Amino acid sequence: MADVTASVPHDYEPTFGDYVALMKPRVMSLVVFTALVGLLVAPVSLHAVEAFAAILFIAIGAGASGALNMWYDADIDAVMRRTAKRPVPSGRVDAGEALAIGVGLSGISVVMLALATNLLAGFLLAFTIFFYAVIYTMWLKRSTPQNIVIGGAAGAFPPLIGWVAATGSVSIEAVLMFAVIFMWTPPHFWALALFMRSDYDDAGVPMLTVTHGRKTTRNHILAYTVLLAPVPVWLALTSVGGPVTLIVAVALNAWFLWGAYKIWRRDEVMAEADNFQVEKAFFRFSLYYLFAHFGALLVDYALKAGGVI
Amino acid sequence: MDLKATHELHQRRLSRNVGVALTLVFFVAVVFGLTVVKVTSGEAVQGFDHTVRPELLPVETN
Repeated sequence: MADVTASVPHDYEPTFGDYVALMKPRVMSLVVFTALVGLLVAPVSLHAVEAFAAILFIAIGAGASGALNMWYDADIDAVMRRTAKRPVPSGRVDAGEALAIGVGLSGISVVMLALATNLLAGFLLAFTIFFYAVIYTMWLKRSTPQNIVIGGAAGAFPPLIGWVAATGSVSIEAVLMFAVIFMWTPPHFWALALFMRSDYDDAGVPMLTVTHGRKTTRNHILAYTVLLAPVPVWLALTSVGGPVTLIVAVALNAWFLWGAYKIWRRDEVMAEADNFQVEKAFFRFSLYYLFAHFGALLVDYALKAGGVI
Repeated sequence: MDLKATHELHQRRLSRNVGVALTLVFFVAVVFGLTVVKVTSGEAVQGFDHTVRPELLPVETN
């Protein structure tokens, strides 16, 4: 954890930007977006200030769990090219400081979310931080190749928390929004693992590509994509869905299935021959996939609010 | 070493201090805003302030 190589001078003092980087701002942007959608499409509307505070504290909670992840994973982050420049492995922020920020912000975000909205939302945020920092980062990530599957739940909670912040209870729509992200995470990360293999190999993280081989990973990507496909369609048929959500769900999942099928059909010789073009395209598409589904929910919400549908 | 010289370290420290200060001011503003919203959208709290004061409760018309 703490004994990582520091590439900056010993007397380096972190800037405010280093602290911001500790909270994984790119992940936070996805959290803010999905939580906002969950909160807006809910049948109960909050006062604008309460809604803003809810999104803010959900985002801070996500940032806090990111800081805890960076504190604990500094040793493997230092080995992987993709993560070596993060604040803790690069030596810009002390590991102890990252831990203090993570714990402090976790407490503030949970208490403030509970006060701003309701206790259940606060509890779910606390559970999400615990799940990501302890269950995923400390336990599963280094012990099982199914780490991505179970860890994906942490990333899937924000829209559900947004919904609960507004309504105070869990319903089928919230669970389906959770399920979309939960089922989307494995194919998304395994596609990345297929073309970033040396990183995970070097760090000794038991990714499916390392433990069970690349053919098995390709099989898993197809299987999870098949299981994922009906979930957004079902979501589109609930009270939060609408024509835009349904069209996006059918079109993007057909495309996603086709991509997963192409990945499944390929072997390593073919993949290396074109420098993993299909895998890279699938990964890029998976990013738009999630934004498009939640964006479609927002469009349908706006159409309903405007009286168009 | 000239103690008055501004080292690059001081600039980093300043950026951090200003950032933390602005964050704290923003946090205070959020808590204040939330308090105003909660108090103004709530029930008639004054009528139950420590002792029940019926004269402060809204009058029922029927």
